[in-house]
Amino acid sequence: MGSNSLHVLKGINFTAESGELVAIMGSSGSGKSTLLNILGMLDEADSGDYTLDGVPIKNLNETKAAKYRNKFLGFVFQSFNLINYKSALENVALPLYYQRIPRKERQERAMKYLEQVGLKEWATHLPNELSGGQKQRVAIARAMAAEPKVLLADEPTGALDSTTSYEVMDLLQKINDLGNTILVVTHEDDIAHMCKRIIYLKDGVIVKDEKVEQVRASEYV
Amino acid sequence: MFSRDNWKEIFETIQKNKLRTFLSGFTVALGILIFVVLFGFGNGLINTFDEFFSDDATNTFFIFPGRTSMPYKGYKSNRQIEFDNSDLADIKKNFAMFTQYVSPRIDRNKLVKYKNESNNYDTRAVSSAYQYAEKTIMMKGRYLNREDIKNKTKYVVIGRLVEQDLFGAEESVGKYIDVAGSVFKVIGVFQDDAGDDEERRMYLPYTTRQLIEKNTDKINQIVIGFKPEIGYAGAMAFDTSLDKFLRDKKYISPKDQNGIYIRNVADQLKQNQQFAGVLQMIVGLVAFGTIIAGIIGISNIMVFVVKERTKELGIRKAIGATPKAIIGTILLESVFITTISGLGGMLIGIAILSSLGEKLSDYFITNPYINLGAAIFATAVLIIFGALAGYIPARRAARIKPIVALRDD
Repeated sequence: MGSNSLHVLKGINFTAESGELVAIMGSSGSGKSTLLNILGMLDEADSGDYTLDGVPIKNLNETKAAKYRNKFLGFVFQSFNLINYKSALENVALPLYYQRIPRKERQERAMKYLEQVGLKEWATHLPNELSGGQKQRVAIARAMAAEPKVLLADEPTGALDSTTSYEVMDLLQKINDLGNTILVVTHEDDIAHMCKRIIYLKDGVIVKDEKVEQVRASEYV
Repeated sequence: MFSRDNWKEIFETIQKNKLRTFLSGFTVALGILIFVVLFGFGNGLINTFDEFFSDDATNTFFIFPGRTSMPYKGYKSNRQIEFDNSDLADIKKNFAMFTQYVSPRIDRNKLVKYKNESNNYDTRAVSSAYQYAEKTIMMKGRYLNREDIKNKTKYVVIGRLVEQDLFGAEESVGKYIDVAGSVFKVIGVFQDDAGDDEERRMYLPYTTRQLIEKNTDKINQIVIGFKPEIGYAGAMAFDTSLDKFLRDKKYISPKDQNGIYIRNVADQLKQNQQFAGVLQMIVGLVAFGTIIAGIIGISNIMVFVVKERTKELGIRKAIGATPKAIIGTILLESVFITTISGLGGMLIGIAILSSLGEKLSDYFITNPYINLGAAIFATAVLIIFGALAGYIPARRAARIKPIVALRDD
């Protein structure tokens, strides 16, 4: 948070339809993470409009932003960001806790999503007892648990080897197949091509926005 | 804010962060514990001071004759001052409005025998009013009365331990004992709160003793009980005028420190109470400091806890925790820990105090205690300030943008 200001994004204009799987690509410093943070209401744009599911997102105070994040968005981070003293199940159930869902229902729903990512038998394990791929799958289950409109993934495979990366992408593709909208930030070409649409960012502007033939990650697994 | 779910969340956090919980809990518990114990010791000190006086009446003057240390009105220095029966009469006459009773006191250590048992005892020749000065409690029989004094009867009132020594299980009242060659009839047995020394003592009429000692009219000391209604100021005035009266009568220089000494129990009591009060204040100040230190301790821990949890709080915010929820989690956790450990420390402190009882009476601390109100007040203060100390960093944490918090490693 230096005192020097730097314009990272210089005019971005795009629309993602419901059910899309979009990759945002670019080299480091191109502004892709900043874009994702703005979309995720973790950061604010200096100017411009952002509409999510018909709701204009602007002038948010912290409480409102928290509610929108909880209702509309699910996050998957490069570094997983699981709470290390909570078990996999508790991590997945946490967004539901902030939705004031009763404990029992929370547990059931969390278990359902853990099962979906194939980690049902790891429910009681702490994050440090899981592999990187498993951690990311727990994080994806947590992001899905709140049943968000959009899943935002910031370099979800950045900390994983390629086999595990493909497993995670396979999972994201399957979630997308169920009709969920997913935005993936990545700088890896093969990961990007596993999406249905690629937006290329360079120095804060969109240089290319194209639909691609989706490569199924399951072919590599 | 107080739903079962919140508590469960807090219990889980506490359970999984034992060191953190222990540290903050320990600080609070120790703070309260030290406060309670110190405060209790202060009360114990006051108890001890009160006890010094509780076995004797406090409306009492003891007049001790001494040896003059300076010449006065033609008399040489180093002259032994003696009291006799006329002094008793003069004091009664001149200070009638102040005095409740006046009693002489003639102490002699004598060999006392009963059958085959014998022992040396402090035998104290007094008048019947002396019972009030020592607050002597009669177990059986009676104390000396005016008739005994007038008739110079050979009666004696013995202490509980004297009876035990000489008579064993035998009944003592009505029996005759040999006091240094003279036979005395035991008319009563007494006990005294002051302890064994007092109960190894016996009282006889001072007139009888004067008769035995070649019909002298000399007495050792004079004990005066003043009327309690004259108050502290009246007692001090009485003290001054009595001192002047006796110095005039015995030709002792007003500046002579050694000719005569009046022990004013009321004044001593007051001075001791003031001393104990000051001690109590000092102890209270130290205890208050402990509470302050406890508050600073818990504040530091809370700052550290929030710093340590910054990333976790960022994650929670990213998945939808409102600032209120963040503050609530931290606050409730800190209040819960301070309350439980504060009450724990308080109870341990009270337990320590009540287990001590008389054990520290060698160090002038008797029956230390703390009234529950003060203990609970101190605990509440610590809890409130602990919550406040937690609130400030919690609010700051809740304001940090999640993106900044997430970057924190």
